[in-house]
Amino acid sequence: MKRFIGFIKKEFYHIFRDRRSLFILFGMPIAQIMLFGFAITNEINNVDIAILDKSKGATTQEIINKITSSKYFSNKQLIENEAEIEAVFKKGKVKAVLILENDFSKNLIKENNATVQIITDATDPNTANTISNYTSSILHNYQQEVNKDIQIAYQIIPQTKMVYNPELKSVFMFVPGVMTIILMLVSAMMTSISITREKELGTMEILLVSPLKPFQVIIGKVFPYIFLSIINAVVIVLLSIFIFKMPVEGSLFLLGFESVLFIINALSLGILISTISETQQTAMMISLMGLMLPVILLSGFIFPITSMPVPLQVISNIIPAKWFIIILKGIMLKGVGIALVWKETMILLGMTVFFIGLSIKKYKIRLE
Amino acid sequence: MKTIGYIIQKEFKQIFRNKAMLPLIFVLPLIQLVILSNAATFEVKNIKFSYIDHDKTSFSRELIDRFEASTYFNIITDFPSSKIANSAMLKGEVDVILEIPQYFERNLLKDKKTDLSVIINAIDGAAAGVENVYINQIVQRFNKNAQVGLMQLSDKKFIPKNITSIPSFWYNKTLNYKTFMVPGILVLLVTMITLFLSGMNIVREKEIGTLEQMNVTPIKKHQFIIGKLFPFWVLGMLLLTVGLIIARVLFNVPMVGSPVLMYVYTSIYILVILGMGLFISNFTDTQQQAMFIAWFFVVIFILMSGLFTPIESMPQWAQNLTEFNPIKFYVEVMRMVMLKGSSFTDILPQFGKTFLYAIVMNGLAVWSYKKTN
Repeated sequence: MKRFIGFIKKEFYHIFRDRRSLFILFGMPIAQIMLFGFAITNEINNVDIAILDKSKGATTQEIINKITSSKYFSNKQLIENEAEIEAVFKKGKVKAVLILENDFSKNLIKENNATVQIITDATDPNTANTISNYTSSILHNYQQEVNKDIQIAYQIIPQTKMVYNPELKSVFMFVPGVMTIILMLVSAMMTSISITREKELGTMEILLVSPLKPFQVIIGKVFPYIFLSIINAVVIVLLSIFIFKMPVEGSLFLLGFESVLFIINALSLGILISTISETQQTAMMISLMGLMLPVILLSGFIFPITSMPVPLQVISNIIPAKWFIIILKGIMLKGVGIALVWKETMILLGMTVFFIGLSIKKYKIRLE
Repeated sequence: MKTIGYIIQKEFKQIFRNKAMLPLIFVLPLIQLVILSNAATFEVKNIKFSYIDHDKTSFSRELIDRFEASTYFNIITDFPSSKIANSAMLKGEVDVILEIPQYFERNLLKDKKTDLSVIINAIDGAAAGVENVYINQIVQRFNKNAQVGLMQLSDKKFIPKNITSIPSFWYNKTLNYKTFMVPGILVLLVTMITLFLSGMNIVREKEIGTLEQMNVTPIKKHQFIIGKLFPFWVLGMLLLTVGLIIARVLFNVPMVGSPVLMYVYTSIYILVILGMGLFISNFTDTQQQAMFIAWFFVVIFILMSGLFTPIESMPQWAQNLTEFNPIKFYVEVMRMVMLKGSSFTDILPQFGKTFLYAIVMNGLAVWSYKKTN
């Protein structure tokens, strides 16, 4: 036991001696969560719009004002004919063009119907669709204003309540995601590299001929990183509570427990990677190239999993980050207890056991 | 020139000799391109919908039928009470609860007005907004029909005025997300491979100690750097080519603009990334440090590239920061040229900035690289 403690001490020394890595280790997650928490949002605002007003009347001017004064649009640009549409889109700035037909107000008054054409640059389908919807609903509101003298006979009024995030802040969606990504990648990358490094430099041999048992070597290697990752997790949670005003509706204790479980999960994945790679380069390519995009895309961090094709929904189940994000959102935003997240917890636990088991198996083979 | 040739030869040999790395460099990115391009969709569909019908009249049934008929909603359950519904929401089994009050039909006929309660899980704020729009559209249409059915419109004066909006989606008529995502993910993969490999390369020689040996040879600084980085430039271009073929064959992404323009831009873009990689490896001592730094920048570049979330919605200071993000320029150029057929003059701003970036980055990298300590 004393030997083991000595070994852990050695590992801590290694880490603390490398000031630069330490700085990166703690500085980066903070910088990233601040940057992303403030900057990233999947709302769509301030889109540049071009307007082709063919009738140039008071009504169309009013409509144009209504549209450009909304927060969804920022710069407007007036164009004179249809030929210009192609050109403004190709320049890339303008995302939507609005065409108001000839004799707009005359048609509206005489024929009770006037048309607005909304052309969007659908190379980004999400923005295109959303802008299109926004514009239609602005037009719809205007239409109701015009019709307000006419008694509308029957009305069903939906009373909508947005639960768990009444202000629709996208921070609530992104902070759990960013936290997961940082913990996952930092933990998996750190362990996978530190073990492979010993292999590459040849010092692993020395450790293996020492009286320490192989599993002690591994635990000793991982232990300091558990400690560092927990500090990272605490800092991230504190930042999200105090700076981004994320609520923690559920129990802090449960949050802590789940975070530790997830950290151990990521670290054991790191160990697994290190047992199958010979050089640091390989280890890093697996933990960076192999993990980064799948974790960002398949975890439900940005893109809703339910909208994906079925095979991908199935694949997403093997991404530990997916389960942790569900747990985080549950505890922080919905205030659920262990009774409602035990399934996700068991899955994370199972994955951890699997990673560790597999690494031990692989590890023994290497020793022979 | 001959010297550079030898270094390049050595580098290629080293790349191809490491059997564990080959699949990671060539196969992994392409698999990711094929699989992950399908994952990235903001479309909100398969919404987990549930309802509580306290009214149970043909009228309320008709409203529910409308939701059932919509392709966005998957009817999950009919809950007997709001308590059960709320606990299902807590478990994440449903996203939307529609509660039809008692006397829904009677009130509508008598008071000409009735409420309808809708509860939406809003953790994903943007999706909740879209769900709300869908629900309102359905209710509005239902409203209109009910009106026509129940009321006699006799006087022409009372016909409400109507503004018809006709949306049209250019360059991607069916709003196909893959057309949008494949070029973007290809950009990420090209960037990540070239940055990680070049960032690790020189620092690896440093860590193992072979850099000393290189430094005492008569190889000149520029020869060494060019020889080191050229193989990764080739790799990047190769990856782009295979990626474009996959995009065309598998995903049917059009190539409206000129492929030559695409290649010319990419060849400069990769220089930016390689310069960055070299710069990182000059300032680090171990591969671990180099990778942390590379990782830090890549995550920031990816999430602030406008690929997954719109840049226009960011606060102004963050938008200013994105001006230093090479991935942002590449994503823009890729989409403009491939999907819209933009010409050289259209992408001139991005082209100029990337070119400048390449010069600055490589200048810094070469300047900070020292043969002697």
